[in-house]
Order: sequence, then C-alpha cells, then structure tokens
Amino acid sequence: MKRLFQSAMVMLVVAFVSFSLFNFVGDPINNMVGEETSDEERAELRDTLGLTDPIHIQFSRFVVNASKGEFGISYQLRRPVSELIYERLPATIELVLISALIALVSGTLLGVYTGINRKGFLSDIILAISLLGVSLPTFVIGILFIYLFAVILGILPSFGRGEVVNIGFWSTGFLTLSGLKAIILPSVTLSLFQMTYIIRLVRAEMMEILQTDYIKFARARGISEKSIHYKHALKNGLIPVITIAGINIGTLIAFSIITETVFQWPGMGFLFIQAVQFVDIPIMSAYLVFIAFVFVMINFIVDILYYFIDPRIRVKAEAVSG
Amino acid sequence: MKFKNFIKILLAFLIIFAPSNGIAKTIKWSMQGDSLTLDPHAQNEGPTTQVSRQIYEALVTRGLDMSIGPQLATKWKAVDPNTWYFFLRDDVKFSNGQKMTSEDVVFSILRAKQPTSDFKEYISTISGVKAIDNYTVQIKTSKPNPILLNQLSNIFIMSKKWSTDNFVIAPQNWDAGQETYSATNALGTGPFKITLREPNTKTVFKKNSKWWGNVEHNITEIQLLPIKNAATRVAALLSGEIDIVTDAPVQDLNRISSSGGHKVESTPQMRTIFLGMDQAADQLRTGNTGDNPFKKKEVRQALYQAIDIEAIKKKVMRGLSEPAGIITFPGVTGYTKALDKRLPYDVGAAKKLLADAGYPDGFEVELRCPNDRYVNDEAICTAVVGMLGKIGVKVNLFAQTKSKHFKELKDNQGDFYMLGWGVPTLDSHYVFHYLYETDASWNKVNFSDAEVDAAIRVMEGEVDLDKRNAAIAKAWKIVRDNIAYLPLHHQVISWASKSNVDVPIRPNNEPLFRFSKVN
Amino acid sequence: MDNRKLTWFGRVKDSDIYYSFIKSPTAIVSTFILIIIFFCSFFVEFVTPYNPFDPSSLSLMDAFTPPSWTEDGLAKFILGTDGQGRDMLSTILYGSRISLIVGFSAVIFALVLGVGLGLSAGYFGGKYEMIVMRLTDVQLTVPSILMALLVDGIARGIITRELHDEMAIYVLIFAIGISEWPQFARVSRAATLVEKNKDYVSASTIIGVSNLIIMFKHILPNILRPVLVIGTIGLALAIIAEATLSFLGVGVPPTTPSLGTLIRLGNDFLFSGEWWITFFPAIFLVVLAFSINLLGDWMRDTLNPKLN
Repeated sequence: MKRLFQSAMVMLVVAFVSFSLFNFVGDPINNMVGEETSDEERAELRDTLGLTDPIHIQFSRFVVNASKGEFGISYQLRRPVSELIYERLPATIELVLISALIALVSGTLLGVYTGINRKGFLSDIILAISLLGVSLPTFVIGILFIYLFAVILGILPSFGRGEVVNIGFWSTGFLTLSGLKAIILPSVTLSLFQMTYIIRLVRAEMMEILQTDYIKFARARGISEKSIHYKHALKNGLIPVITIAGINIGTLIAFSIITETVFQWPGMGFLFIQAVQFVDIPIMSAYLVFIAFVFVMINFIVDILYYFIDPRIRVKAEAVSG
Repeated sequence: MKFKNFIKILLAFLIIFAPSNGIAKTIKWSMQGDSLTLDPHAQNEGPTTQVSRQIYEALVTRGLDMSIGPQLATKWKAVDPNTWYFFLRDDVKFSNGQKMTSEDVVFSILRAKQPTSDFKEYISTISGVKAIDNYTVQIKTSKPNPILLNQLSNIFIMSKKWSTDNFVIAPQNWDAGQETYSATNALGTGPFKITLREPNTKTVFKKNSKWWGNVEHNITEIQLLPIKNAATRVAALLSGEIDIVTDAPVQDLNRISSSGGHKVESTPQMRTIFLGMDQAADQLRTGNTGDNPFKKKEVRQALYQAIDIEAIKKKVMRGLSEPAGIITFPGVTGYTKALDKRLPYDVGAAKKLLADAGYPDGFEVELRCPNDRYVNDEAICTAVVGMLGKIGVKVNLFAQTKSKHFKELKDNQGDFYMLGWGVPTLDSHYVFHYLYETDASWNKVNFSDAEVDAAIRVMEGEVDLDKRNAAIAKAWKIVRDNIAYLPLHHQVISWASKSNVDVPIRPNNEPLFRFSKVN
Repeated sequence: MDNRKLTWFGRVKDSDIYYSFIKSPTAIVSTFILIIIFFCSFFVEFVTPYNPFDPSSLSLMDAFTPPSWTEDGLAKFILGTDGQGRDMLSTILYGSRISLIVGFSAVIFALVLGVGLGLSAGYFGGKYEMIVMRLTDVQLTVPSILMALLVDGIARGIITRELHDEMAIYVLIFAIGISEWPQFARVSRAATLVEKNKDYVSASTIIGVSNLIIMFKHILPNILRPVLVIGTIGLALAIIAEATLSFLGVGVPPTTPSLGTLIRLGNDFLFSGEWWITFFPAIFLVVLAFSINLLGDWMRDTLNPKLN
C-alpha cells in the first residue's frame, strides 16, 4: 500500500516535469502556427487550447489527458503523439524482451560458470571479454555487427523489423521468418552490455555463497557438487539478479534508443531521438511519462517477486500487517 | 536429451536462415526521407510528390524523357490566350472502381487552390474551372500563361465523392498539424494503390488492377522503406534487403557497382546548388564588422572566386557534379552554355577584391546549411568554410535538418546560406519568380532589380517566344553579372539497384514504377 | 592517529597497493597506455604539427588520403586524412582531449555532489538522510543515457541555438555527471556511518570540533579508496556515454568533434573503402575505455575487496 502511494507520487512528479517541459520550454503557440499568423489568431488559439486558464487547472487537465494517453500533436510529424507511441510500442517491447532474455540467460550461465571455476583459463577469457564488452560502446558493436553479418556474410538483415503480423492492436515480428531474423542483431547488440553486468554479479554472488557455512555443511553432508551449485547456491544467488534484471528492463528500454538508431528499428527510442533533435516536446514528454510508468511498474513487480522468492521478507511483511 | 535439444536449435536456425524466395514481383524502394502526407495537395515537396505520383495522376504528365504528354486528358486546346479546353479519357476509373469524370477534375483543381493547399501559389493564374460536359473541362487563366501545362502536370486528380464521403474536401492543413483521412489514405486513378501506410517506416503499394493504362511494368507490389542513415541504407542494399535506393551516397557508388549483382545509374539532376548572401540588411546578424560586407559586389565576387569548385567536385562529390555558373541547367528554356561558365578560381584575385572593398582582414559570418537535403550538403559547406578561411573570411558553419533550415530561412534568419533549386516547369520563369523577383518568397538575399522584375512580367505574359526568350536572356545576364547568388554546381543524382531491377532513372529524381521491371 | 598523514605519499609507496601494482602486469600496461593517451591528448599542440580545427590550414585536395603504410598513403599523414583533409591522428588526439575533458569533469562533478551529499547524509542522519537516499534510489533507476538525452533536450528548448553550441559541453558534463552521483553518495554514506560511531569522532565532537572539520578532516580520508575505484570506473562510463551521445548527434557540436562525433562522421564512409576514418577513432575509444576499465578492475580487487 505504501509502495502504491510512492509509485503514484513518482508518477505525479514526472507528470509535472513533463508538463513544465510542455509549457515553459518555448511558447506552444509558436510551435504550432506559422509566422504569418496574426496576433488575434494566436490569442484565439491560445484561448481554445485553454492556455489562458490558471496553471493548476492546466496541470490537472494535462494529468487527465496523460492518463488517457493523450499528449497532443507532434510538432515535427504533425500527428497525435499517442498514435505515434502506440504504433511503435510493440517494436520496442519485443526488442527489449528478447534482449532481456538473452542477457539474463547467458549472463547467468556464464556467471555461474566463472563463479564456480574461479581460476580457469576459460573463466579468465570470459571475464576479459566481458570487460571489453563494457568498454565497447553499443553503437560501435551495432556497426560492427551490421558490417559483419549483413554486408560481408549477408545472412542477417541490417535494418528494420522485417514482415510484421498484426494481431489485434499488436504488431509482432515473431510470427514471420524475416521478423525473427531481423530481431537477432539488434537484440544481441542491446543485450551485450547488460549481459556483462549480470555475469559479474552472478559470479560475485556465487563466489560469496559458495564460501558460506551452509554450503560447507552441504558439502560435508556429501551432497553432490552439481546439486550444491545449482540447487543451493544459484537459488540464493538469483535474488539480486532479479532486482538487477528488473532495473535492467528500464535500462534496456533507454539503451534501445541507441540500438534502434543504429538498426533503424521502428520503435519508440528512434522516435524519441528524432524528437530530441527537433525539440519535439510533446513526444519527449510523452516518452518521459511512459518510461516513468514502466519503471514504477517494474519496481512494483520486483517487489512482489521478492515477496514470493525470499521467505524472510514475506515473514516480515506478514508480521507487520498482522 | 541434450543432443536432441541441440538438433532442435540447429533446425530452427536452418529454417530461419533458409533463403526466402518470393514469386510475386516486389520492389523494395528506399530513400532517406518519407512522404510527409498522402494528401496530394497538402505539401509540394520531393518525396511526397514521388509517392503521390505512383497513385495519383494529373491531366497531363511528363514521360520518361521529361516531355509533357497526355495522361487523364487525351488532348487540349486554347481557344484564346486565357481559355483552355481539356478533353478527358472516358475509360478512367479510380482504384475502387468508381468512374472519373470532369466533376472530379474541377473539384481537384479547385481543391488545390484552397487556402490550406501548398499548390495555391503554384497555380495562382488559374481563375476559373468548369465542367462543359462529362469529359470536357474548361480552364480560364487570369492572364496568358505559357507554362500552364507544366503546372497542371503536378496537380493530382482526386475523387470528389471519396473526398466528400471522408470529409477531406479541403486539403489537410499541414502547418496546423491537422489529421485527415486523406493524409493516411489515398484513392487515385494511377497504376498503383496504397494498401499499407506506416509513416517513416513502411508504405506498401499494390498493383491497381483497374488502371486504364497499358501495363508496361511487371510489378505486383512496391514497398517504400525509408532509411535515414546513409550507411545503413547502403548496407541494406548490399545485403539484398532493398532493391533500389534513389539517393545513393556518392562515396558508396564504387563499392555498390563493384559488388556483383548491383548496378548504379547517374544522370544530371534538375537542381542547382548555390549559396545566398543577404545583400539588403544594413548589418549582418552574425557578422563582426558592424556593417554588411555582402552589399558590395566585390565581396560577393571575392567569395565566389575563393571557392575551388573543382576540388569540391573531385573530393566531396566524387566527380558527380557539374560546376555551375547560373542557377539553372540544360533543358530549361533560357539556359545557355555561355551563361553557365564560372568565374575562375583565383585566391589571389579574391584577396585583392576583398582588400579593395575595404576588408583586407576579412570578416566573420555564419553559414547556414541543411544536413539532410542535398547530396553531401554539409560536407560541401564544410569545404566552403575551409576555402573562405584562406582569404581571411571566418565562416562559422551551422548545419541542421532541412525542415528547420528552410523554416528559419523563411523567417529571414540567414545572412549566408545554402539552397538548391529545381525547375519542375523546365522554364527560367520558375527560377526568377521565386529567387530573383523583388520580395519573392525564396528571395532571401533580398535582391531587387527593376529591369529583372520587368523581364519577369514579360516572361509571364508574352506569347511571342522570341521576345520572351530575349527577356529571359537579359534577366540572366543581369543577375549573373551582379553575383546575386553564388552558384556552386548542378547536382548529379545516382540510383543504385540490384541488377535485375529496372527502374529508369529520371532527372527530377522521380521514379515511375509504371515503366519498371523486375527480371 | 594522524601523525603519519604528512607522509601520505610515502605511505602509499610501502603499502600493499604499491606492491600489488608492481605485481600486476595488466595494471602496469593499462597505466602506461593511459599515461601516453593523457599526455598526447592534453599536450596535443606539441605532439602533432597540425591543427585540424583551423580551416584555413586544410586543403580539400588532401582529403581521403589513406594511412601511410598503404599504397596511396603519404608519410605526413600517418593514419591518413578524413573527408576534409584533416590529419586523422591529430584529429583523434584533439577529439580524445574533448572526450577526456568531458569524462573527467563529469566524474568530478558527480564526485563532489555525491560525496558531499552522502557524507552529510551519513553524518547528520534523520529526515535529510532519508531524502538523499530516496533521491539516489530514484536517480539509479533512470538510466544515464536517458537522463543525458532529457537534459540535452530541455537545454535545447531553453537556451538559444547560438548559446547551445557554446554550452553544449557544459550541458553534456552536467547530464553525464548527474547520472553518476548516487554511487558516490551511497559509498560515502556507508563509510561515514561506520566512522561516525568510532571513539575519536565522538571525542572530537565533545571537545567542540565543528561538524565540517570532522567530516572533511577525519571522515573524508577514510572513503578515498572506494571513491577512487568508483571514480575510475565512472570515468570509463562517462567517456562511453559522451561518445554515445555525440554519436546520436546530441553531444558536442561537429565543429569541435569528440571521439564519438568522429565515429559518427566516419560511419558514412564505412562502405566506400575509406575505413580508416571511422576505424581509428573507434579503436582509440575502445583502447581508452578498456584501459581505464582494466585499471578500475584491478583497483577494485586491491583497494576494496568488499566491492568485488
């Protein structure tokens, strides 16, 4: 309940920031009409848009509209922002989900491996590469991938989503061959940076847990190494991974801006970067509100997951509510 | 168990990477920008017209060789200098099967004259349109108009019924960000129809089976996939995801044509790139001398002669440009080789001119450039900055996206700027009317000359071709001697495509897919 | 307690850090590379004979000269030239200086802000502490790149275009710095909490030493190690963030290109055979970031095993 209240507060703050963006960064009227427009026409437009109302009324109207998903019309594309976001939402979500999956699965596997085999040659290689991964900017990796897989080898597409299928309101690239091929390069590119983080995190967790007493006891009891590693150690090591993975989804959405630009992926990040260059404030503020919403939701879900995975928290919470 | 999984994964990959061969003849077309709107009267802009041209038709049109020929009208005649009759085809249907009649033509021309139309200025001489019978239209002009046919070739015909049913009797108000049905849907009489429209991502055209014309193409589908980044666009072409790129970057042409399976075609484009210098302002907005050096012809000439256009051609344009002496090109009435000759590149002379004009140490000014409009626009400007630096003129480059560049030019914010000018009517009048006439809409150098203005009046009203040509020649001489603008070069355009894709290249950069083939 | 402070450098020398440094080839190599890069970047005027940003010294006819060891290369342009005839090596070094300035300034900004807030939060506690920590939580969930983009977008809207080009670098520093401060704040606060309860702090309070002096003189030295580790890793992150923003076209203006800007501009020539225009800046950037990360990794292992 407290969490819910906090989330609502965060959303309201973000809404206010977006609202100020809308209202104080340049005169909205100037952004909407040509220079030939007379002062009377401007005043009239100002009136019809309700810009003469007191600020708190304007703000509450903005919040109401935002909660309905309405953010006005893009200065650059001259189309309703809600429609633009709506069109591009599936592309970004699919990209981010696949990337998160890749990062999580391969990151955990490699992390466990390097955590168990601390001094192995392969572990050193994996760690060195992961450090290189953190040092390589995403856009450089993207360009490299395009050059290698699309131009030289010619096996994967270099841009776009391929064929998409519309299922109701959702356009998906998962159901066509070209759609599946198209998502490989961008999602791998996007996942690399996060993967290196997860590798390091899981490795550290594993190393720490393997030194704890209860693992030592387990060993003493003669439980097989495999069972110790995967049943006991990994399970406990997963808790921070879930938190990180949760935060990472937000980070992935943000970093998808770069991947989408490099691969011309028709998602929201690509829309946003063009908006920034054009100071297209309706799109920027809508994106801001959207991202905040995603963060709040993720935090919320992570909290709930925690509750189910870590019994200690559950006990505490029950004690409080009881 | 594990091995089985491995086989499964392997199989999945095999399926994913298996070559996908289509039977339908599809052309995937890419360029930097997308059509701004499907409403054929809302924006008079390159890519927008290129898209509209595939779905909409006009009374008359330019063929592959750029000459005017019949399209929806089979023949026409002028009964007096101000009254024209157009006789329409009687077998034309819109792609929904509805017949096209003179009603639709009258409606469309009047629609293009409405306040929200971007073509209202373009056809301002048309004073009246009326239907004589089902297939005859009368057009009246306010004064004799030698280029009426040229202008009509860009006025697309819409269905009156469809427009009425969908509340789009008036063109979409682009500037006010209006949303209309016609902006995202289209119903034309052309060889293709739009079946999917995702702005800036994908537009699908399908063959219009109800088209009246003789089908010379073999295309069932066109997909327009705009790709903003030049390198990505080339990568997509090289990897086979795109069939044709109509704005291939000049630096990549060698690479493309040397990769087996692709070809490159180039042709001089109907567009001249030039620099403008505000000659009227008392003080430069971005200068440091407190006055306006551009007022002096010597200064303008010094800048002109300091530019090594051959170096730009060789290094920036990779040989694909024609240095220009005037802002018009072969094929336009009034163009001559003699006019198109440049003043020589001479740094010494330029320095002397600058010193003579009273600026021995040069001056400072900002150069405004688009960075996504013309071939290598920003790179040309950067090169100019370096060259002018050598005669002591410190130029600060400000490059930005085309929509902002043009808007701010229109707002009179430019001291020194780059612009390119095409001549869709293939007549010098179009250049003078927009660039040289006193207070003309694109005359942002504020050039003003009574004799030139008088000559423009002659161009507009004179039906005697000899007299008209004399006026054009005289006007060109005046503006050239005055160095009203600083011409750079005529652009050469290049289309790169797969070898089996045949789309005839055209100097106006407009593909006509009705003449295209996929082999 | 404090009588050995004067010989701080001496202390470093015979400490475990120095010993561990000597024993670690990665640390030595990466430090060596970094020293060379820093030196060449900051004294670039003396290192190269060219100033790539003086337009009048350039000749367009020199453009697209390949690296000197290739067939058409010229000895005077070791790494070749770009599309404007600028010497690649000098352009990269000038660009690297801008990248480094932005990186360092952003980290210092984050450090001052983060340590200041973290230290005071840990020291004073109470509501103030809660607010600061809440802020770090919120800030940590907003990815750096998004933060930077938003700051830049707002800045573009507020300040005029002429000012923006001049301000771009400060906007960038602020944007990157603001996303890195919570790390510093968290570490500082944690260390402060530990130190605060030690006897000497209570003693100092009792004899009336002011809060500020206690914080800066007694507590601050204790958090230097973790802060140094975070700062080093943060520097690599900041440099990459700067390159990314510049690549997206919202970073420093092309008239004073950083490494990211150079890669973006060179990207147009990737397919045309002039690979060196984008390849060298990219390699340079990766070597720079990788060396810093290697050093940071080593520091983390040696200086602060807890962070491992």
